[in-house]
Parts: sequence; C-alpha cells; structure tokens
Amino acid sequence: MTYSFAEAVGTARRLMTCATAAAVLATAGAPQLWAQDAAPVTIGYAISKSGPNAGGADMTVTPNYELWVEEVNAAGGLRMPDGSQRPIEVIAYDDRSSAEEVVRAVERLATQDEVDFILPPWGTGFNLAVAPLMAKFGYPHLAGAAVTDKASDFVKRWDSSFWFMGGSVDYVAAFTEILVAEREADRINDKIAMISVGDGFGIDLVKAARPSFEAAGFDISYDKTFPPETSDFSTMLSEASNSEADTFVAFSYPPHTFALTKQAKVASYSPPVFYLGVGAGFPVYPGIAGGSVEGVMSLGGIDPDNALNAAYRAKHEEVVGRAPDYWGSVLIYASLQMLAQTIERVGLDKEAVAQELSTGTFSTVLGEETRLENNQLRAINWVGQWQNGQFVAVSAEGGPGTKPVSLPKPAWE
Amino acid sequence: MLEHVVNGLVLGGTYALVAMGLTIQYGIARIMNLSFGDTIIAACFATYVLFSAFSISPLLALLILVPAGYGFSLVIYKVIMKPLVARAPDEGALEVDSILVTFGLLFVLQGVLLTLFGGGYNSYSFLNTPVNLLGTVVAGNRLLALVLSLLIGAVLVLTLYRTRWGMVLRAVALAPQSAPLFGIDTDRAARTAFAIGGAMAATGGVVVSMFQTFTATAGVVFTMKALIVVILGGKGSVPGAIVAGLLLGLVETFVAAYIDPGLTLAAVYTVFLLLLLVRPNGIFGKA
Amino acid sequence: MTMKTSFAFALAGLALVVLALAPLVLPDYWTGVLLGMTGYVTLATAWALFSGPTRYVSLATVAFFGVGAYTVAVLNEVMPYPLVLLCAAGIGMTMALLVGLSTLRLAGVYFVIFTFGLAELVRQTVSWWEVNVTYTMGRYVFLPFEGRHIYWQLLVLAAVTLLISWAIGRSRIGLALKALGDDETVAAHAGVDVTRIKLLLFVISATIITLVGAIQAPRWTYIEPSIVFNPTVSFMTLIMALLGGAMRLWGPLVGAVPLFLLFEWLSVSFPDHFSIILGLLFILIVFVMPNGVLAKFDDLRKGNRA
Repeated sequence: MTYSFAEAVGTARRLMTCATAAAVLATAGAPQLWAQDAAPVTIGYAISKSGPNAGGADMTVTPNYELWVEEVNAAGGLRMPDGSQRPIEVIAYDDRSSAEEVVRAVERLATQDEVDFILPPWGTGFNLAVAPLMAKFGYPHLAGAAVTDKASDFVKRWDSSFWFMGGSVDYVAAFTEILVAEREADRINDKIAMISVGDGFGIDLVKAARPSFEAAGFDISYDKTFPPETSDFSTMLSEASNSEADTFVAFSYPPHTFALTKQAKVASYSPPVFYLGVGAGFPVYPGIAGGSVEGVMSLGGIDPDNALNAAYRAKHEEVVGRAPDYWGSVLIYASLQMLAQTIERVGLDKEAVAQELSTGTFSTVLGEETRLENNQLRAINWVGQWQNGQFVAVSAEGGPGTKPVSLPKPAWE
Repeated sequence: MLEHVVNGLVLGGTYALVAMGLTIQYGIARIMNLSFGDTIIAACFATYVLFSAFSISPLLALLILVPAGYGFSLVIYKVIMKPLVARAPDEGALEVDSILVTFGLLFVLQGVLLTLFGGGYNSYSFLNTPVNLLGTVVAGNRLLALVLSLLIGAVLVLTLYRTRWGMVLRAVALAPQSAPLFGIDTDRAARTAFAIGGAMAATGGVVVSMFQTFTATAGVVFTMKALIVVILGGKGSVPGAIVAGLLLGLVETFVAAYIDPGLTLAAVYTVFLLLLLVRPNGIFGKA
Repeated sequence: MTMKTSFAFALAGLALVVLALAPLVLPDYWTGVLLGMTGYVTLATAWALFSGPTRYVSLATVAFFGVGAYTVAVLNEVMPYPLVLLCAAGIGMTMALLVGLSTLRLAGVYFVIFTFGLAELVRQTVSWWEVNVTYTMGRYVFLPFEGRHIYWQLLVLAAVTLLISWAIGRSRIGLALKALGDDETVAAHAGVDVTRIKLLLFVISATIITLVGAIQAPRWTYIEPSIVFNPTVSFMTLIMALLGGAMRLWGPLVGAVPLFLLFEWLSVSFPDHFSIILGLLFILIVFVMPNGVLAKFDDLRKGNRA
C-alpha cells in the first residue's frame, strides 16, 4: 500500500490549490506540531457492535476502520503537511443499534473526548441521526454506509457532509438499463416479480424501482413487501414463479438474501434474471448458498482487473482474516484513504479538511483520480453479477471497469 | 391451496419444535426463561463451528449438542434458579424473579457469543435438498424440523401421560405446593424439566441453523416466537405447543399467499392477542 | 399543605431550577446525558403510575413511546409544534383507552405477554401502513431543536408527571389504589370501581409515555419503525421502576438515575463487554434483593405506610 501513499503525495503536490496551500502553511506553522511530533491524532467512532445492526456494521464498516488504522499506524502514522507523522489513537463506542445511543456517543466524542475526527456509524438512519451533530460541532461527515436519494439536499443542509454510497435511483437506473437491453435482445419478457424488505433500505429502493421499471415499459406483475423478521419465503417465491415474470428482484437484507437463495434452489426457481439485495455481494455468499451462484445479480460489484482493488482485498483478508464484501467495503475504505490524504495536505483543521475533501482529487482503491461531485462519490459500481466465482461489476455492454452482463442466469446446479 | 397447507405446516413445525422446550420449562419448572432463544442461538453457533471447522454433520452434532444443552441447563438451574425457587414466597414472586434473572442471563449469553463470534451474519448450507411432499416441493432441512417436532412431541406426550415419571412431572406442574406431601422430589422434577427444555432448545438450534441465518443477537426473536406459541397453546402443554406452532405457520403462509406478505407478523400478533382475550389460558390450557 | 410538604415542594422547585440551568454551563454531552436520564425518569415514573399500584407489569411502553415519536415524524411539517404534541397526546390517549378497555381483565404473565405483543403489533401495523398506503419508510424531522431544548421540554414533563403522581397518591383515588394493591376483590367489595380506576391510570400513564416519545423524536432527525419501536425502551423502563420501587413517588426516579448513569459508564468504559457486564449485574440485582423483587414492592409499601 505504501506506493499508493507515495503517489498520493505526488498528486497532492501537483493539485494543491492556493487556498489549501495557505491552510497548510497555517497549520504547519502551529508550534505544537514541532514540539510534540508523536502526539496521536484521535479518531472516534460509534458503531453497532451489538443489536440488529451489528451484522451489517461487522461486514462493511468496522473491519475497514480497523484495517485502515492498523495500516496507517504500521506505516508510522498519519502524515502531516510538514512531513511529520502522528499515530492514530482510536476511541470506539458501541451504539447498541439504538438511535439515542449513537447520538449521545457522537456528542461524547465531540465534547468530552474532543477527538480530532469522527467516523460515521453504519446505516442510513444512523448517519442521518448524527448528521446535524457532526455539522454543529464542525466535523466533516464522511457518510459511508448510507444509501440515500436525498444526498443532494443533505449536502445543502450540512455542507461538510459527504455521501459515498449513492442513491436508490442510481442503482435502479443502472439495473433497468440492463433489463431493457436484455428485453430488446429477446432474452426476457416484460414482466418483473419484485419483493422488498419493509424497512428504510427496501422501501427506498422499491420506490425508485417502480417508476423506473414502469417507465421502461415493464409490467410489475408481483410486488410485495415483507417484514424484516420474515424467514420463510416459499410462498412468495411460488407466487413470483406463478407470475411468469422472467425477472425476479428482491431488495432484501442478508438473512433474506440467504434464505431466498436456498429456497429458490429447493424450488428449482431459476428465472433468467435473479437479482437480490444486500448479502449477495458477501464473499461467503456462494458457500452459504451451497454451490454455484453463477449469474446472480445484486448491488455493487468490483472490477477484477483493478490492481489497486485486488491489493486492497488481499490486505483486508490478511489483516481482518476474511475478505471484504463486494459492494460497500471498498467505498468505506476509499473514504478513509481520502481522509488521510486530506490530512496530509491540509492538516487537522476540520474546516480545511472539509474544503479539501469537497474539491480535491485523491488516489484511492477506486482509482488514481477519485473525486467527489457535489460532495458525493459517483464512481460507484451500481450493478454486479457473479461470474466465474467472482462478483464483478457489470453493465449491458461492458465498458471501462465493467464486464458485459451474462444472461440468462444458468439453472441452479 | 394444498401447497399452502404443506408450506404452512412445514414452517409451523419449526415453531413447534422451538416452543416445546420453553413450554416444559415454564409449565413444569415454572421458570419463565427469557434466555431460551439465546440458548438456541448458542446451539446454532456450536453446530456451525462443528460443521465448518470439524466437518461434523449437523445430524451428528445433535448427538453432541443435545446432551450438552441438557447439561448446561442443569447447571444453570442448580446455580441460578434453585436459590430463587427456594426463596420465592409464591408463584407470582418466582415469575417476576425468573423473568428478571433470565433477562440478565440473556445478556450474558449474548455478550459471550458476541465476544466469541462477533456480530456478523452466519449461515451455511446443509440438507437443502428438495423433497416432494404431497406434490409440494419443500426443503429437506425444514421438513426435518417438522418431523423432529412431531416425533419429540409424541415421545414427550407418551412419557408425560404413560409413565410414572411423567406423572410425577405433571403432578409438580399442577400442584407444586402439595406434590412434596406425596413424597415427590419437586426440586428434582423441576431441575429435570428445565434441563429437558435446554436439550430441546439445543435440538431446535441445530435444526434451525441449517436453514436460517443467525446472528449473536437474534435470540430474542426466537424467544418471542416461542413465547407466543407457548401462551397460545397453554403453558406446560406439549400438544398445545405443537398445535399452536402449526397454527401460526398456517396463518403466516395463508396471509402471505392470500392477503399480503407484509401482514404476516401483524396477523400472528392479532391472532395471538385475540385468542388471549377469548381464552387467556391458551387452546389447551386449563380454564 | 403542611410545613413538611411545602418544604419538600420548595426543595423540588429549587432542584428543578438548578437542573433547568445546567445546560447553560455544561458541555453538550452532559446535556445529552441529562436528557436521556430525564427521559427515563419520566418513563419510569409514568410506568409506575399504572403498574405500581395495579401490579400489572406492562411491556407496552415502547408502543406508546414509538407512536408519539412517529406522530411527530408524520405531522412536523404540516402543523405547528405545540399542536403536534397535542395530537400525539390525543392519539396516545385514544390508543390507551382502546387497549385498556379490552385487556385490563388479563392478569399476571398474560398481561405481560399481551403488552409485548401489542408493541410488536403496533410496529408491524405502522410499517405496513407506511409501506403500502403512504409509500414512505423513514421520515425526517427537521425541527430547529438542539439537545437542551428537548431536555427542557422533558424536564417540564418529568415535573408534571411527578406532580400527577403525587396528587393521585393524596387523592381519594390514591386511597382506593392502596386498597386495590392489597386485594382487588376486597377493594371491589368496598365499593371501589376497580376497572375504572385501572383504566384511568393506564390512560394517564400511556399519554405521558407517548409525550416522551414525541418530545424526543427531533433528536434523531430520521425516524423509521425499527428505530422508535426499539423494545429495549420497554425493558429499561421496567427495570428502572422495579429497582427503585414502583410504589413510591420517588422510587422510579431513584431507580432510573443510577441505572442510567451505570449504563452510560459501562458503555463508555467497556464498549466491547457491555452485554456481559450488564447481564451479570442484572442477575446480581435479583440476588441482592433476598425476598425477590415483588416482595421488595411489598416491603416498600409497608415501609411507606408506617
């Protein structure tokens, strides 16, 4: 990973604007930096270590925080604009999946622990819960695991908030494009069976999906929402099968995604397009499904030819002990890399950091020139598909960073 | 129609299997065990570890984990519950005490599982093979849950109603105060009943882990489902638990098929609340 | 009013003033702690208002709390805030009346389970309604409140709740309640309209709980059923009230304050082992009360009467 840091230094030098240069001078000139070289930079976060949100946080967010901190500290610490290095000290709380706890934990981090930076919690709801506080205390808010279509509004409301996971409309639009191409190639009919989990994530996506599918001339022949506690999908699958749709879409969470896969296999339900929600992009997914999951589609996906990403995945596996998921992990990690590079350019001043995040260009696992548009990351892979044992980013025809989608999905083994 | 009946019964089989242990613990040992679901989850994790690290088939794992569940619950009863039973002036006091103490136990178990395994999702594939049942294809592992619950239910009913030992247990359930007058060792009976409940929680955990994704903190979901089945069926009634479990499975499946999958749980709670109002002691409970 | 009560009132008033001024000097985090604490003091006191004298252990706290929060989420953009609160109180009251009328004949563990089921039913129904009727899941509350504004509102509500609790204890209903707690059958024979009093208490208690949820809602910005119908709220309330003694005016407060601070301290100091320590403490608490928690109820009542 060190080489990418070296490159980052180069990029930083090249792209530094007058404003940031001034900020660098101001921060670098601060006397305490010279006096105590190794004073740690404190970074705090509150994350769901227990409760219903723990499963998602444990997959996508926490390991990346830990990986990043370990890597930075192993390399000597965060580099400051003056070239000195300071180690990261972490303060981590468990929000126990409670909104009140996460709010109070952020207040504690900001006013009691007075940490230098605060990393966001897991989930759209919790990111929104802490957003007003982050803005109030002046912390840049790098909202990682939060899918929302309202990011553009939020950016106006909280101008130091940054959104890294896109919105439902983006994911659905990219998927619709693929469906349209498939229909034109006469590989699928114009019917879609769709189910969704009855909470923020599922509803947000389904709300985006209905108009998108319908505008593209599809008929949603089965459209139901199920409670998050549901564990048995046999009835829904048989109804979906009866609807004669060639496309099955489930905006689901991991427990549902796994159960849907297992039960679809048992029922030999294998429509040409089989699209599932969170969990289908987990590396453990094929193992859980008990065999090949070739052709299954979901959100996210990676470019297997991207060396940076491959290096990241290898490092993640080495440090955390398991592979990262194929969707959110890499985005979270990229946000942390951007934070580190920003600090290297402008120091610890929160306002300057927010400014630089908003306008700078960074070298991350996503690419050499990652930048935010209107405080949002747009270089996201929207649709992925299992191809030859890997969950790769796909588009209708393929393109830079994406493979052509391969449909219809082969029957289950 | 028949398809939904089959699917409903298979789903209900899981509920019945999970609930029988709780109804025995609550009905005979008089312990309202809120940590029941976490015992199930612990068994899920144990099965998972045995299967993935030692390649021990979950079916063989039953042979290890059922006695382990029995032993674990026996120890819990001796260490934590017995002093509470001994000091309780009446049944109401024991009920409140046991609710509170098992609530604490729930957190301890959950915390230990979190420390050992983290908060992530766990799942694996075993016996996920299609089986044709009356023209409907169901998953082998789910069918196993139904078969096991009927089998265990039958054995329990036979034991309770046809053996002397079963009579002792029922006597303790009916009249814990006067049972000792007839030379019945109530402590032993309660302890055994509690341990049997633990063994059944382990059975449920092993089977459920084959098809359901579990996390360290998911125990309370099982406890609540089991509790509903127990109250519906009448506390302490094994046949009641089976009937109520199957009934819930049918309700969920039919609501999902004919009304809306989004209302399955709302329907379950409605049926539960209505039945509670009409027959507060459950379907098979004493009036 | 006797000398002693006026003195107590003066003292309580003084404490209230000090508490109200606290956020002006304290950092935001401590205001947040006070806020959470006041929320639970109010919840526990309101809970004990009904469950203490009737001994009906209710787990429906979060059903009302969540309904309050949700009402704010739904209405905060269509009407002025005070009106929203009024609506929330009205909805909570109506719901409590309906529930109370149909369930108060259940006793013991059946009531416990029923109330838990009720909380889940309300959550499922709200979810289903949002998903299928309004097509919105997750609502935003952008009210211009900071922690201390919410805290002040809760403080007022807490004071009012304690006042209600005190007034009921002194009124004729209070006497009837004492009879009720001793023996419901005897109380009924003595001409106490048991059902009406139980219903009245349930409705008052539920309305206050609904208001707590409504007042706290702006703190989370984003609201969805899984956030506001979090069953932990019911359990925490129950434990706090039971620990402090649900029969005393100050009991729930005495239980809520140390427990809340303990939880806070545990989650700061042992974020990775919170569950285990919490669980062990719980078991310990049960064992430290040698005659059982319910018996402690009675001890306290006897102590109070003497």
